[in-house]
Amino acid sequence: MNMKRQKMIRLTLSYAVILAMTIIIVYPLLWVVGSSFNPGQSLSGSKMIPDHATVAHYKELFDTSKSDYLIWYANSLKISTLTMIFSVILVSLTAYSFSRYRFVGRQNGLITFLVLQMIPNFAALIAIYVLGLLTKLIDTHLGLILVYVGGAIPMNTWLMKGYLDTIPKELDESARIDGAGHLRIFFQIIMPLAKPIIAVIALFTFIAPFGDFILASVLLRSKEKFTLAVGLYDLVAKQFGNEFTTFAAGSVLIALPIAVLFLSFQKYFVSGLTAGGTKG
Amino acid sequence: METSMYRSSHRKIALCLSIVPGLGQLYNRQYVKGAFFLILAISYYIVFADLLDIGLWGIVTLGEVIGRDHSIFLLVEGILAVIILVFGLGVYAFNLYDAYKNGQQRDLGLNISSLREQYHVLIDSGFPYLMISPGFILLVFVVVFPIIFVVLLAFTNYDLYHSPPAKLVDWVGFQNFIDLVKLDLWRKTFVNVLAWTIVWTFGATTLQIALGIFLAIIVNQKDLKGKAIIRTIFILPWAVPAFVSILIFSGMFNESFGVINKTILASLGIDPIDWMTDPFWTKVALILIQSWLGFPFIFAMTTGVLQAIPDELYEAAIVDGATAWQKFTKITLPLVLYAVAPILITQYTFNFNNFNIIYLFNGGGPAVSGQNAGATDILISWIYRLTMTSAQYSKAAAITLLLSLVVVSVALWQFRKTKSFKEEDMM
Repeated sequence: MNMKRQKMIRLTLSYAVILAMTIIIVYPLLWVVGSSFNPGQSLSGSKMIPDHATVAHYKELFDTSKSDYLIWYANSLKISTLTMIFSVILVSLTAYSFSRYRFVGRQNGLITFLVLQMIPNFAALIAIYVLGLLTKLIDTHLGLILVYVGGAIPMNTWLMKGYLDTIPKELDESARIDGAGHLRIFFQIIMPLAKPIIAVIALFTFIAPFGDFILASVLLRSKEKFTLAVGLYDLVAKQFGNEFTTFAAGSVLIALPIAVLFLSFQKYFVSGLTAGGTKG
Repeated sequence: METSMYRSSHRKIALCLSIVPGLGQLYNRQYVKGAFFLILAISYYIVFADLLDIGLWGIVTLGEVIGRDHSIFLLVEGILAVIILVFGLGVYAFNLYDAYKNGQQRDLGLNISSLREQYHVLIDSGFPYLMISPGFILLVFVVVFPIIFVVLLAFTNYDLYHSPPAKLVDWVGFQNFIDLVKLDLWRKTFVNVLAWTIVWTFGATTLQIALGIFLAIIVNQKDLKGKAIIRTIFILPWAVPAFVSILIFSGMFNESFGVINKTILASLGIDPIDWMTDPFWTKVALILIQSWLGFPFIFAMTTGVLQAIPDELYEAAIVDGATAWQKFTKITLPLVLYAVAPILITQYTFNFNNFNIIYLFNGGGPAVSGQNAGATDILISWIYRLTMTSAQYSKAAAITLLLSLVVVSVALWQFRKTKSFKEEDMM
């Protein structure tokens, strides 16, 4: 009897904790969804479940004459996609070389990458800003993409190298004996086997520019070049409260697709991370 | 002993001739290679002579005549010149080495490999370099170059009052670092920002880790129903982009219309709190928000580890008469901590540099009199403020240098202990 009571108490407490956490997690999200349907611009007097729900704020965002939101969205997608493509290509090439070849400078290269991955690339903020000014790459998407790709190389190279190291070397050796060249081994044997880690790196290098604020806000100056992070901040920072409902609608439109994408890839994501974490 | 094996001294002659790149190879009768080195050397000289001349002069003097010389351009050219010089010296050293090696082969009476064979050797041994070079070159220009630039900038007086083209920038040695310690304004700000950065890093990170592990263990109880849906809900804060959540929170905490003061605290009968203007409460809000944002990651990791712990361990413990608490402290916790430890340290370094939350929540504010950083500015957001709003470039660079030293030493210490680095066959 005592055992059963103990179990009851334990489970009840657990459910209570879970319920409390669920409220804490879900409340802000529901609040922003509710705000986005509230009529009027200001939040004072708004309700979580509005009396007169309206999609006016969504309409406003989609109206290119009234807001730059769609442009920002397109900019963000463009920058993230290009960063992802270039990063995956460069990281695959570098990681493959480091994993499979023994060449002079390899060891120093690996250590350099290890140190570089620890310094976040926005630490050199001032330099990036000044260099952007000097090279006229400031306020261009090209400059931003180059910085993102360069910053993505060291860490992701280590991640991918760790994975490639687990693919048996006998595979490429036997292919070599069969007369396959360097490129053939790379494209037809190693890359197909490395698909899982390529997916993880693609996801990482897509998400990182999407959520970045600091580099984008340093490099991008004109409104029509902004990414979503910079644009949304601009929207709320200028006249907070006055445009909050519009901002809320904008947030929902970002959070929803990303969250759905994320939750469906979640398993993949976590296993890739733990594998990378324990292996280095 | 060894010299007696050589029948001639081609190697020495080739080495000496190679002081002019290519001549040694020509002497070794490797005409194509020799011509290649010779042409390479000449074109290197023609293309880069000016840059090397101006760059090396510029990096030493940072310009002498106001109006004609732009110190920062000169600094950039100087770094470029040094990088190109290092590359050039590398190729030059290879040229000497190659001439010596082939001369040695001749001395030993061996045939020197033909151009065709050399071509194949080159392709084989050059392939990894070929694959690395695109990434490496990009890395040099967007990562390494800025780092060198910042390091050098920390030793100049580049700021609003020494800003080209109207003024020249000068080398000032360690003056920036001395100022940070000696000038009252800077010392006070630096100490305050550093103290808060440390409190922030340890407070926020430890809280999010503890919360994540705690919840994972609770949800992982065998007889708990609805695990899948609970886990999905608990992952949600991770799934929403952080910048969106932070901006939402800054709306919720807003003092004039925020739902926390107006609705939640009001319904509990608590007076409104100055979340945005009182330094203490802003800090509390930041740590709470970061826990909300950061715990799902730890939660997901820990859940993965918990599911991998074999049931036999617990069964054996029950047979031995262990209590629930003993099972937790002797089995669960050690295994979890062991598995997630490497990730935990990256969480600390992440929060140490967590610019987004500080800046997007309240811009580092509220402002504090007598210092040039806001009350919740951490080092990285202070650097941002110094660079973007007050143009204190050299001070910002000096602080960046200090910050990077901390991050790198912590991270190196961590990675020295991880398995992969030990197992790495470092040739």
